[in-house]
Amino acid sequence: MKEFTYARAETLDDAAGQLDETARVIAGGTNLLDLMKLQVMAPEKVVDITRLPDLSEISAEGEGLRIGALVTNSQLAEDHRVRSLYPVLSRAILAGASGQIRNKATTGGNLLQRTRCPYFYDPAMACNKRDPGAGCAAKEGVGRMLAVFGVSDDCLAAHPSDMAVGLRALDAEVEVRSPDSSTRRLKLDELYRLPGDRPDLETTLAVDEIITAVVLPAPEKGAVQAYRKVRDRASYAFALVSVAGNVTLTDGKIARAKLAYGGVAPKPWTNAKVEEMLVGQAPDEALFRKAAEALTADATPHSDNAFKLPMLRRTLIAVLREATGLADASPGTDKTKDAA
Amino acid sequence: MKTDLTVNGEARQVEHESRTTLLDALRDHLDLTGTKKGCDHGQCGACTVLVNGRRVNSCLSLAAMHDGDEITTIEGLGEPGALNTLQEAFVNKDGYQCGYCTPGQIMSATAMLEEARDGAPSHVSETLTGSVPLTDAEIAERMSGNLCRCSAYPFIREAIAMSAEKKS
Amino acid sequence: MTETFRMDKAQARLLDETGQGVIGTPMDRPDGPQKVSGRARYAADGTPEGTAHGVLVRATITKGKVAAIHADSISDLPGVIGVVSGPEFIRNPAQGMANAAPVQPGTRVDYHGQPIALVVGESFEAARDGALRLKVDFEAEAGADVDPDTASEVETGDPSAVGDWDSAFDGAAFKVDREFTTAAQVAAAMEPHAAIAEWQGDKLLLRSSLQMLRFNKNEIADSLGIPAENVQILAPFVGGGFGSKLGIGPDAVAAAQAARELGRPVRVVMPRQAVFDSILRRTETTQRVRFAADADGKLRAVGHDDRVSNLWEEGFAEPTSSCSQFLYGADALRFQQSLARNHRTPTGSVRAPGEAVGMLTFEAALDELAEQLDIDPVELRLKNLPDTHPMTGQAFSSRGLAECLRRGAEEFGWSARGKPGARREGDWFIGVGMASAGRPNMLIQASARVRLEAGGATVETDMTDIGTGTYAIFAQIAGEMLGLSADRVTVRLGDTDLPGASGSGGSFGASSSGSAVFLAARKIRAKLAEAMGCDADELTLQDGIARGGNREMAISDLVQSEIVEEAQIEAGKTAESHFSAGYGAHFVEVAVHAWTGEVRVRRMLGIMDIGRVLNEKTARSQAVGGMVWGLGAALTEEISHDPRTGHIVTRDLANYHVASHADVPAQMEVSFLDNRDDEANPMQSRGVGELGISGAGAAVFNAIHNACGVRLYDFPATPDKVIAGLEALGL
Repeated sequence: MKEFTYARAETLDDAAGQLDETARVIAGGTNLLDLMKLQVMAPEKVVDITRLPDLSEISAEGEGLRIGALVTNSQLAEDHRVRSLYPVLSRAILAGASGQIRNKATTGGNLLQRTRCPYFYDPAMACNKRDPGAGCAAKEGVGRMLAVFGVSDDCLAAHPSDMAVGLRALDAEVEVRSPDSSTRRLKLDELYRLPGDRPDLETTLAVDEIITAVVLPAPEKGAVQAYRKVRDRASYAFALVSVAGNVTLTDGKIARAKLAYGGVAPKPWTNAKVEEMLVGQAPDEALFRKAAEALTADATPHSDNAFKLPMLRRTLIAVLREATGLADASPGTDKTKDAA
Repeated sequence: MKTDLTVNGEARQVEHESRTTLLDALRDHLDLTGTKKGCDHGQCGACTVLVNGRRVNSCLSLAAMHDGDEITTIEGLGEPGALNTLQEAFVNKDGYQCGYCTPGQIMSATAMLEEARDGAPSHVSETLTGSVPLTDAEIAERMSGNLCRCSAYPFIREAIAMSAEKKS
Repeated sequence: MTETFRMDKAQARLLDETGQGVIGTPMDRPDGPQKVSGRARYAADGTPEGTAHGVLVRATITKGKVAAIHADSISDLPGVIGVVSGPEFIRNPAQGMANAAPVQPGTRVDYHGQPIALVVGESFEAARDGALRLKVDFEAEAGADVDPDTASEVETGDPSAVGDWDSAFDGAAFKVDREFTTAAQVAAAMEPHAAIAEWQGDKLLLRSSLQMLRFNKNEIADSLGIPAENVQILAPFVGGGFGSKLGIGPDAVAAAQAARELGRPVRVVMPRQAVFDSILRRTETTQRVRFAADADGKLRAVGHDDRVSNLWEEGFAEPTSSCSQFLYGADALRFQQSLARNHRTPTGSVRAPGEAVGMLTFEAALDELAEQLDIDPVELRLKNLPDTHPMTGQAFSSRGLAECLRRGAEEFGWSARGKPGARREGDWFIGVGMASAGRPNMLIQASARVRLEAGGATVETDMTDIGTGTYAIFAQIAGEMLGLSADRVTVRLGDTDLPGASGSGGSFGASSSGSAVFLAARKIRAKLAEAMGCDADELTLQDGIARGGNREMAISDLVQSEIVEEAQIEAGKTAESHFSAGYGAHFVEVAVHAWTGEVRVRRMLGIMDIGRVLNEKTARSQAVGGMVWGLGAALTEEISHDPRTGHIVTRDLANYHVASHADVPAQMEVSFLDNRDDEANPMQSRGVGELGISGAGAAVFNAIHNACGVRLYDFPATPDKVIAGLEALGL
């Protein structure tokens, strides 16, 4: 870790005012410090926002829920409103990391965590994300954990968050505060950029913008939500693939299907075509297989991770079977409570 | 820079670099070496301590961010001759071998039992909204942030369950 | 000079006659309270006044040389003291029992990740910063072999064989001929390699995390060019070893060299990534296993060939087929090994070298043969147990394999096993599998001293406790022999100024070093008998009371002045006449997810024959630990190497998956046969630390097949491979 100046922000204005290209916000620190120790990241100034007031609350907003950016992953997963009305979010969070990490990691930080591509993590290896223009050592390297959608010639890294996949299936929005004290809201999808030829630019945020909250829309009554994650051990491992489902059945037909996929893209992935194929149809395994095939049709896997295609298809089918009642629900699949 | 901590109930001031982690502050500045460094990246759990009662990886925490916080380390739970229930259970069940991950396992379990008592769900919980019995599978999932290469896992969990039973 | 006891013939079972009743009991570890309270001090815990901190710098080329180290590139960094490098630096840890310095390559680089220099700072933070920023010029040589599959230099040994293999194999009606691959693995002890070196004049005091101090002392002395008597190593607590700390490591040599140059103590703790980069790993293997049998299940031919790898100038080659050579008999047996040279992190002993990978494939192939023959796998094994060692003709010492198999099948409920795919719970296929276990047992030279005073006894040896239970077991041995409760025995370990033991490795530690303790105590018994005026075999010692020759006396009264005895043991004629090994049988139930290919082990049962059990609790922990390693080898553990540089890409604990709590079920059961191995050592005990691994992973693989019909030949069975298997079956 290089030396840096530590600054504790007292207000949001104070925090934003201290941010520039050489500074980074620290909250949970579970990824930033991890990377700083390896000098993958080396900010000259670290701005501690953990003592800012008002960012640690989960509160009602309209019929939805507003989650402060400093709400910890544990706090969010344990919140009774989230558990009953947005269970896929609780499930996604609980499928990630460990109890200790979830106690520190924050909502905003989770969204902004960096890829776990091992070549990004190793400063001896070429990485366009770490060092634009340096090349990508992962391309011809070990690629088990890399993405299969949304990649570019310059970067194949996958976004590692589970929480973000759950949020994506809930159509969450991100509230961002600009230095002029104004706020704007982005769809989660608008927060992330695909790597293209600038994989170092991961989000659409300006350097002095701070995520202040995530906002969940009004809950869908009677939806079945599920999060399923396949990984290389039973717990405490990043996803090979994951699927978040948020499905509503009406009169025996799929009325609404929101699906998001983790471990497979530089951001929580979605595919509108797949959802369109499902909506209006009666649940049926053959239908799910067709939808799954459509999902992976335009994937571009690395030589080491073509397995993610069948794995993703099968995981999607498993999620849809449980969400639509073709199979018994297992832990990870929950029916939302009707909103009070 | 200087940071004021309350460690195991005692007020301590640490003088450290801005880049010093809570783990290194405890081990190298306060000589509380019971908290172990296994990976320094939040990937093993050996450095688990309680911050204001919550379990965290002290390796992924800057000491500077803990000014005014209450830290509990393994040294604060009990000592030979006066072990607490959970520590005794680890000895009784052979919930360790080499002992290196043990302080982290015990600190993690201490907080985990509180979390479970407060009704927090886990990845393996059948339901998110009903009550969840603290089965072995529940303990296992909740303790999975603590690796044990000697693989004393079943005995660690027996010890945790034994201590939970004694307390309730 | 203490005379050496040689194990030339079976010894009387004295421990069955002594009356204290502490040997074998599931006694709690006396060191437990220190461990659970954070008071046990490991190598890097606490530093002497004035300690500087060192962080190793790695080579970032695969092959070539270090052209220049630009110390000035970091000299302005606050807190950086300087850069240390030199001819003393070792390329990689010493192999187990090397007893001399490992390769000291100078400026030569032989693998990506090789430690080449040490940056020393006033703080750990400063040293780490400097180590990452140090500018080093390398001269890289292109075209280094980094893949054993395409290596240009492959050393193929002569086959070791008995019988007419070709005709035995060709003539049989039923055959299995399979190629397997197993992934490279690492020990990943939770405590990273660490050392604190401190010089007092020309004497080195080294605190380091090491398994075999008697050897390590010579290795560090040789590395530094100093006499071994000038070295003292302390390792009272070792945070796991599993073979990775058998030999002196780069941390210790660099710390000692830096401390010598700087004239102050230096601490070097290897970052976890550096442990992956440069600590000896387990080789990846390709293996060909062949069985031929008659319709009745009688084996006609057994063949096991393997290809392992290592770096040049390393003498170690994973003894993959070690167990395959003595478990089963056949008309003909054939074993052949190839060693591919490459520029990857070198390989060495990792827990159960040989069996850990050889038994995965051997016992999985045997399962396939059983299926082909339509014979119960337990039955097939029972049919083929040899009377003598199939390769050497040696007599076996006690061999409880048949009983392990029978008892295991009974206790597990093996008879309820169904056909592949027959049992399903929701989306989970449920299946069971089994495998045999075996592990050669060794007696290694060891010394120990026992002191008896009025207040109790003290055991002194440089033996280590790496989690194996040495503190408990030695207290039990001395207590049993001297009629003392274990809490009246103090055990001092991990100090090279004490008598030199076997060290911890190869599962021989407790039995070898414990036998030295036993023999030293036996000498004390002789002295006590003399004092009592009776023959030694008339003497009974129990709860502090000596009885014999119609007299009864408190031992504390008998001991007018301290009685001190030292003993040394080494292997003798029984090692030639008899083949001693531990045996066992594993039974496993797994669930395989029909859609996602995830495998969950639901229960494991191991029945083990380890001769006399010295401490039922620590032995069980060792056995279960081994079984979990088997589970990991079967399901999760895999080192990946970069195809261009050969470096380990999965170089942290997030990318290398040792089993977590959630991977291991509650039902991990072990029971031990009540057996004695008279030819092994005077305590009739055998090793246990590695036996639990042997075959355990194969039982998991066999259970996967029984669950869903998928047979895999590539370890580990990560979900992607299971899915591919399911899809190949149309599932």
